[in-house]
Amino acid sequence: MAHYHRRALLAGATALTFAASIRQASAQAAPAGPYKLDPLPYPANANEPHIDAKTMEIHHGRHHQAYVTNLNAALKEHADLAKKPLHELLASLDQVPQSVRTAIRNNGGGHANHAMFWQIMGGKGGEPGGELKAAIDRDLGGFEAMKKAFNTAGAGRFGSGWVFVTVDKAGKLAITSKPNQDTPLMDGERVLFGNDVWEHAYYLTYQNRRPDYLAAWWNVVDWSKVSERFAAAKAGTLTI
Amino acid sequence: MTFTLPDLPYAYDALQPYMSKETLEFHHDKHHKAYVDTGNNLLKGSELEGKSVEEIVKASYGKNQPLFNNAGQHYNHIHFWQWMKPNGGGAIPGSIEKRIESDLGGVEKFKADFVQAGIGQFGSGWAWLAVKNGKLEIMKTPNGENPLVHGAEPILGVDVWEHSYYIDYRNRRPDYLKAFIENLVNWEHVEEMLSKTA
Repeated sequence: MAHYHRRALLAGATALTFAASIRQASAQAAPAGPYKLDPLPYPANANEPHIDAKTMEIHHGRHHQAYVTNLNAALKEHADLAKKPLHELLASLDQVPQSVRTAIRNNGGGHANHAMFWQIMGGKGGEPGGELKAAIDRDLGGFEAMKKAFNTAGAGRFGSGWVFVTVDKAGKLAITSKPNQDTPLMDGERVLFGNDVWEHAYYLTYQNRRPDYLAAWWNVVDWSKVSERFAAAKAGTLTI
Repeated sequence: MTFTLPDLPYAYDALQPYMSKETLEFHHDKHHKAYVDTGNNLLKGSELEGKSVEEIVKASYGKNQPLFNNAGQHYNHIHFWQWMKPNGGGAIPGSIEKRIESDLGGVEKFKADFVQAGIGQFGSGWAWLAVKNGKLEIMKTPNGENPLVHGAEPILGVDVWEHSYYIDYRNRRPDYLKAFIENLVNWEHVEEMLSKTA
């Protein structure tokens, strides 16, 4: 599904975003490899005023690009690992040679986390409905309780990291937080959605005020995309 | 009140253009202050209240993570402000240079390795020049950790949390680290800390 999605996005890319991705690629001198940076699925200013366009541009075009470039570099001498789907690679880091394990953990995690992150933003916030709403009510005590627990977990992550809602095949939800670019995929779990609490995700607009960023972020969540991920998780087709 | 926020030893705009006034205002007045305030709240009524920051850092490591995070960051920032000065960088004092030559393979290698330690600290953290078992050593630590909890004494450290450089350098951490070592380091404070090591 991730591969299909990537091709569909590339095929549909406008001349403008194509030119932008060429610029990024040449600026970073990306080595050939299995992974590519998809264009943002919406304009960089789509999440304003909650996330500013400059933050989106640097976050996507620099930080995410660096994870992709470094992941490809780590996989260069490991054709067998390069063939593995990313969620499987991240779920089996113990089988990765020690010489590239940290690089794959950090950069593979960074790629998976950010690919998910762009996908579930660009929306208008609000609240989910249908089966997802029912699952949130059942497992997380309702929408407001979920937001509160999620924001608390994000604010309490000392240093860099992420806060996630995970989903299993039965549709059961849970809130968790991870350091740096670790992801629940490394525990064999699936991510329904997550928020980046590295300072680079919010510093230009919010500086030290991480809780304000966490509170504002809900305004840009695209619940239709999250609902698609929920359905895919239950169908067993959700990857990263 | 065990911890107190020290004043910056220079004006907020004194480190420009290498570190902006805006960065120092947020970094000192908001981030460091939050570590001080949170640390004091966590210390209230504990057996470590009133101890030195070094003792609290060592005693809380691995035992009381929230206290350690804030005590570590308080210690790190107290020195970080002093490890910089206007018109910093430049020639390294002879006493330190000699040790760098014998322990770290020369000044150029030391600078390259120090910058690389900062680049290689994935996520938030610090890169260090420390004394361990009588020898200089380059170290890196995550989040609020520092060499004190690894049997070493720091004599120079650079903050690589993104809040330390994001306003001025965005994602370009290597540029920040090069500016720090070439244009910001207050070698007199490094020399003073080296002279106090065992």
